[in-house]
Amino acid sequence: MAKSKPRVKVPKTADAGEIITIKTLISHQMESGQRKDKKTGELIPRKIINNFKAAFNGTVVFETVIEPAVSSNPYIQFKVKVPESGEFKFTWTDDDGSVYETAKKIKVG
Amino acid sequence: MELNKREFLTLSAGALAFASVAGTSGIALAAVEPTADEMIKAFTSGAAVGEGKVSLTTPEIAENGNTVPVEVSVESPMTADNYVAEVMIVADGNPNPGVATFKFSAMSGEAEASTRIRLAQTQNVIAVAKMSDGSFFMDKKAVKVTIGGCGG
Repeated sequence: MAKSKPRVKVPKTADAGEIITIKTLISHQMESGQRKDKKTGELIPRKIINNFKAAFNGTVVFETVIEPAVSSNPYIQFKVKVPESGEFKFTWTDDDGSVYETAKKIKVG
Repeated sequence: MELNKREFLTLSAGALAFASVAGTSGIALAAVEPTADEMIKAFTSGAAVGEGKVSLTTPEIAENGNTVPVEVSVESPMTADNYVAEVMIVADGNPNPGVATFKFSAMSGEAEASTRIRLAQTQNVIAVAKMSDGSFFMDKKAVKVTIGGCGG
């Protein structure tokens, strides 16, 4: 499986106190643990991204606990009120302990 | 791997059969996975859940249960002392009813989030919101699923 690649859309600029929409997507098969291997008939073990966090200037502003019912290539859209310029940091945690990260800067003013 | 339509349908049907067998006789599975009601009870610690405030947007009919867009928004001023803390989404007809839990903060501005989910069969999707003052509100939407999205 190809390496999970996060993609995030954050506006480059915003007014102070503006509520912005952030769209995130990460490529991941999100193996639910319900599927069976066609050849052996055995259950394919679960392997999903189980947590997503968005932090702004070090403070977690949005978090999602993800269950196997979230589709492959999990897409999450949410809103944040930005008081000042800064950096968003996005973190996805895999069942196997891997962590995928990306960051985006936003300019306010 | 190419998956043609027939194989896909067979797989989906198999998954559905698996899900329904598990539902009727699979006590082992039920013992591991709590039901949607139990999950909501655990989330609210038994507190009363009000109607309103929460609005859940789902398609009425989902042709492909593998990616069903859901959007939830909750009415709230989202200030430091009055905001939506968490929104749990459950699907009562999935083998594992938990879907996702969004955790908001006062910095969210608006308690609104959307994602794409898998639905194994026609069922209800339920969103339960936990406010910062400890009250709970919910919304429920029925979604018709043409092709289940849990096994296939």
